[in-house]
Amino acid sequence: MELSVMLSMLGNSLIFTFFIFFITLIGSLPLGVLIALARMSRIRVLSSVAKVYISFMRGTPLMLQLMFFMFAPYYIFDIPIDVNWKYWACSIGFILNYAAYFAEIYRSGIQSIPVGQYEAASVLGYSRSQTFMKIILPQVIKRILPAMGNEIITLIKDTSLAFVLGIAEMFTVAKQIANSQVTLLPYIIAAAVYWVICLIIEYGLNKTEKKLDYYHD
Amino acid sequence: MTQESIEKDALGKKEPLLRLLNARKAFGKNEVLKDITLEVHPGEVVAIIGPSGGGKSTLLRCATLLETLDGGTLAFGDLVVASPDATGKAVYGGKDVLAKARTRFGLVFQNFNLFPHYTVLKNIAEPPILVQKRDRAQVEVEARELLAKMGLSDKADHVPCDLSGGQQQRVAIARALAMKPDILFFDEPTSALDPELTIEVLKVIRQLAAEHMTMVIVTHEMAFARDVADHIIFLDGGYVVEEGPAEQVINNPQQERTRAFLRKYEE
Repeated sequence: MELSVMLSMLGNSLIFTFFIFFITLIGSLPLGVLIALARMSRIRVLSSVAKVYISFMRGTPLMLQLMFFMFAPYYIFDIPIDVNWKYWACSIGFILNYAAYFAEIYRSGIQSIPVGQYEAASVLGYSRSQTFMKIILPQVIKRILPAMGNEIITLIKDTSLAFVLGIAEMFTVAKQIANSQVTLLPYIIAAAVYWVICLIIEYGLNKTEKKLDYYHD
Repeated sequence: MTQESIEKDALGKKEPLLRLLNARKAFGKNEVLKDITLEVHPGEVVAIIGPSGGGKSTLLRCATLLETLDGGTLAFGDLVVASPDATGKAVYGGKDVLAKARTRFGLVFQNFNLFPHYTVLKNIAEPPILVQKRDRAQVEVEARELLAKMGLSDKADHVPCDLSGGQQQRVAIARALAMKPDILFFDEPTSALDPELTIEVLKVIRQLAAEHMTMVIVTHEMAFARDVADHIIFLDGGYVVEEGPAEQVINNPQQERTRAFLRKYEE
């Protein structure tokens, strides 16, 4: 196999890698907020459910969760599995899993804001939503950025887990080429590509951190 | 307006801006405020002194709606915020009443509690713009005037972390004043400051007193309380142990507990 063919196969597979990456962020970043709010809720049932959810999602392998969502329709509901179902199963699995991690990061950020900030806003007459949007959230974002960066970088590498569902993302394709051509080269190229993507993410995160560095507390 | 208050006005007496009647507050079994009655009239400066745990801060936090009273009456002018039901339990007004009450007072915290992600100017200008829906340009002009008054004109575009504690506290005072409150509360405004920074904050409060700003100040600065306050309240064990004209309470206290407390400050 020519190098150019190998590169184009790996390049095409990046579409799926990015698909998983972005669909997970789009779904789990907001879902994480809801779970974090439920976790911090004064309603005991809600906070308990959120607590168990987070514990379970973090306490079982993502790969196992992906397999579960892949085959649950068939084994539980007796629905034949559609050829495209693997993309759904993959999206659901990743979103539900990452939302649990994001929820915990949000919670740690929100709870780290001193109570005096809420009190000052209250005395000045800010409503609860004004307090959260104007006073709390901007400070939370600055505080959780490093932890979020960690998680986002982990996510780009975790997309390779989709190989268990037979989705043709970069690792799956690299593995196929390596097996058929008996060479390490596709792994080396894939590793380089993952790393470059991480470097770009790191660059973006550093920029954002610098931008928020105009104050400290 | 009640018949009584009309008569009072006819006599030229002003209605109190703050009225607390038989205020009670407990945290669990710990009764922090047992039976507090307190009136603050327009232009009056009231200092609240007393040992830690005596109920000073809780009193202030109840008056500023950060805590709710268990029993008693709380009113700002003609606006009754909480009043006792048949059993004496304090019943609070609705959201609109609380919101209205919050426009009548300001609070300066011990730890400033400025918003760290806002510039000094935005700290002062955002609340009137956002909460009182006032005109931005007008509010910013007033905010700059307040900063000038605090001697901080050059700090408008700085963030709080660039400022010393004394400067931050003066910004906090300006932030409270920008809402044009009828009455301003101070919760140990200099307790987090070094002595030299304390002086600059006390100077600002003295100036406000000279302008007849109505203020209630919880403080450990006895000399300051005597000089700046019209009326001093000595709070201990959840009761008002002694109160009266500032000079009298500090220089010639009647109660043994007040004397014992003040002796500690002379040393």
